[in-house]
Amino acid sequence: MERISLIGQLTQYLFTGITVGSIYALVAVGFNIIYNVTEIINFAQGEFVMLGGLIMVFFTAVAKLPLPVAFILTIAAVTGVGALMERFTINPLKNATVLTMIIVTIAVSILFKGIAMFVWGKDPYIIPPFSGSEPIFILGAAIQTQTIWVLLITAVVVVLLTLFFKKTRYGKAMLACADDPEAARLVGIRVNIMVLISFALSAAIGAVAGAIITPISLMEYDRGALLALKGFGAAVMGGLGSFYGAVVAGIFLGIIESLCAGFVSSGYKDAVALLLLLLVLYIRPSGLFGNVEASKIKEF
Amino acid sequence: MGSENFSTFLSVVDLRKSFGGVQALNGLSFTVESGTIKAVIGPNGAGKTTLFNVISGVFPPNTGSIAFDGESIEGKKAGEIARLGVSRTFQNVEVFGRMTVLENVMVGRHIQSRAGIISAGLKLPRMRREERQIREGARDYLKFVGLEHKAGELAGNLPLGEQKLLEIARALATEPKMLLLDEPAGGLNTRETEGLAALIHRILERGITVVLVEHDMNLVMDISDEIVVMNFGEKIAEGKPKEIKNDPVVIEAYLGEEVDYSDL
Amino acid sequence: MEKSNSKILFALIIFLALFPVVVLNVRAIGHYLDVMIFVGIYSLINLGLSLLMGYAGQISLGHAAFFGLGAYSSGILCTKLSLSPWLAMVAGVCLTALVAYIVGVPSLKLKGHYLAMATLGFGVIVYIFFNEEVALTGGPSGFSDIPGLTIFGLDLNNDLYYYILVWSLVLLTLVFSLNVINSRIGRALRSLHDSEVAANAMGVETSRFKVIIFVLSGAYASIAGSLYTHYVGFLSPSSFDLFLSIKLVMMVVVGGMHNIWGALLGTWLLTFLGNEWLHVFRDFDILVYGAVLLAIVMFLPEGLVGLTPKMRWLWKRS
Repeated sequence: MERISLIGQLTQYLFTGITVGSIYALVAVGFNIIYNVTEIINFAQGEFVMLGGLIMVFFTAVAKLPLPVAFILTIAAVTGVGALMERFTINPLKNATVLTMIIVTIAVSILFKGIAMFVWGKDPYIIPPFSGSEPIFILGAAIQTQTIWVLLITAVVVVLLTLFFKKTRYGKAMLACADDPEAARLVGIRVNIMVLISFALSAAIGAVAGAIITPISLMEYDRGALLALKGFGAAVMGGLGSFYGAVVAGIFLGIIESLCAGFVSSGYKDAVALLLLLLVLYIRPSGLFGNVEASKIKEF
Repeated sequence: MGSENFSTFLSVVDLRKSFGGVQALNGLSFTVESGTIKAVIGPNGAGKTTLFNVISGVFPPNTGSIAFDGESIEGKKAGEIARLGVSRTFQNVEVFGRMTVLENVMVGRHIQSRAGIISAGLKLPRMRREERQIREGARDYLKFVGLEHKAGELAGNLPLGEQKLLEIARALATEPKMLLLDEPAGGLNTRETEGLAALIHRILERGITVVLVEHDMNLVMDISDEIVVMNFGEKIAEGKPKEIKNDPVVIEAYLGEEVDYSDL
Repeated sequence: MEKSNSKILFALIIFLALFPVVVLNVRAIGHYLDVMIFVGIYSLINLGLSLLMGYAGQISLGHAAFFGLGAYSSGILCTKLSLSPWLAMVAGVCLTALVAYIVGVPSLKLKGHYLAMATLGFGVIVYIFFNEEVALTGGPSGFSDIPGLTIFGLDLNNDLYYYILVWSLVLLTLVFSLNVINSRIGRALRSLHDSEVAANAMGVETSRFKVIIFVLSGAYASIAGSLYTHYVGFLSPSSFDLFLSIKLVMMVVVGGMHNIWGALLGTWLLTFLGNEWLHVFRDFDILVYGAVLLAIVMFLPEGLVGLTPKMRWLWKRS
């Protein structure tokens, strides 16, 4: 009995970890897309997730739209928010210092948080899972169906993004900008537009993350900062700018956190994730899988 | 230093440095005698600035050794190398633009002073005295390069020629034994370049060895005791100006570099 | 000290002297003295933050943690160990400086975004610590009954006395900071900001000075934390959260981060806005803060002090 329940527990924690980790992975991928094109770390990345969750709540619970429609509208809305953010705050600031860019994206994140509080208030919201609320039992662990949705949709996002970067003109152009913006400009890529797309795309990914996690972990106005911090942790662990590194590191971070919450202390689970972030920054700022070349960082 | 007037002051042996796939320095060796002016020339991208950056400790070489005044300095930090008596200027001027001209040179006095945060914050008498010495010393160096009338201006507002002079004053303020000048004449007009040549001679008279990277061949031929010619991170020739002028290898390396070829 | 600085300092002292005289005689704004004490406490932190951001060019999104460490050190030592508040304050400064050193050495090797995230992460970890170590800190609900300050038997538990104490410390810290700015250390720091490579070539020890200023700013924040604790008399983690760290940075940026007077101006303005003049917005202060910060960074990158040359120009013209 004892052993089975331990395995059951472990399975439970693993699934929880992978689920939360998928969200960190999506946030990290969002960071990377913007970073690759602009070398900006967008401190408002977590707010996209928060907005995704709360707008999803609006479309499903208030507007009572069918799930797929609500999902797509949510993504569209947050994508618009991302694009607006770029046009009105990032685009006008040419040649700003890194310090200024940090403060600008922080200001935007506070603004989003403020707007969300204004619209939705301080209470957390929940929406029903995408399908059936009966959990599935695997090795004695009760797995929510939404978990399957989270994993599935994360996988779809990863595949779609891979196709986007490998196959499409815009995707390739964005990679070119990441490699060498000057050269990209010279061959006629409009870097300006690529920056816009990178923000829109990151916002879309954030929206997906927010919409799929809300049935499991609820959503409220002030969740963005911590999500951003952990997503950044995942991005750094995976090697800033590395797409697959971010996915692997995000899920890894989720599992560590979940195991810590289960076996050590739930109060300190966030602290452990952040401690891990600090250790990686101090010891291997190029990431666990990255090389030093990849950790070139802009100076003030 | 020994009793001789000239002895090896700086020796660079088999220096290599690559960035990604690019070999910026590829087994470079040469020496500089104390109390001389040595010029390093070569086409763009030959690795001259990389050489200065490695010597002054901006980044370490991959392999190879650098000995300065009997001490091995490769891989040491920029600050340590400055303390050992190597100072420099920069190809793309790096003055402290938002500080005054005088303050720029006062920063040059940094390693010659020692007040810590407590004595600075409390303005202890010892620190006041030192501060006065820093200020007077800095003024002397400004006078030496002829910028004393600009002391109160923001360095960023000076024209390029004066910024280059300011960099020299700032470098001299560290009281170096050797000065590395990275394209000091770049962007200067003829009259300014003549003034620069005179200034470099006066620096030499103070007992400071000078190594310069320069594209202005008239200046190089005029003031250098010896010249090293680099191409693709390697030394392709070394010798007195006269020898270099007539070296077929050098002329070949410069083919296509019209600007400098005409001067050779 | 430069002449212009002495003039502003003189004007500030006059203002600070007249402030209580006016405020205590006008009933409607009598409580402004209390707000002004908070302005002083936050000014103390922001003097350090301004040195760090404006002069050393390093950002910290975790200064609420140093403020909190000072506050909890004082609170815990005074109530649980019955230590003298002044000794507790010194102990707090030592502890905070030590923590700042341990965090600063590896963190300040990082640049830009990495440093911002590292300090942010550090701040959140300390916040979690305040919440979770219930036995020590009282957890989320915190603890109260922290004694007030006395000096030579004089009870400072009075707004006017406390105002004098806080602002005297602010002025001392200000003069200390101005002296540092106008010393070889200040020049070294400013030079780093303009050209790190040239500063290094002049023998300026980049990493050492960044750490020294980080530790100094941590110490300032710790003193502020102790003063806060003894003034409000109770502690809970929510006073030291991530949003406070961000608000502190905002105050410095809004005032003008390349100017130490800007830090004071920004602190004064945002504290009065937040505690007093924006009460109508109460819960929505975040929204207002975000908008103000964004507008300043976008349209007034030098902060409010960036307006003074323009004002002077207008003044001369009229």
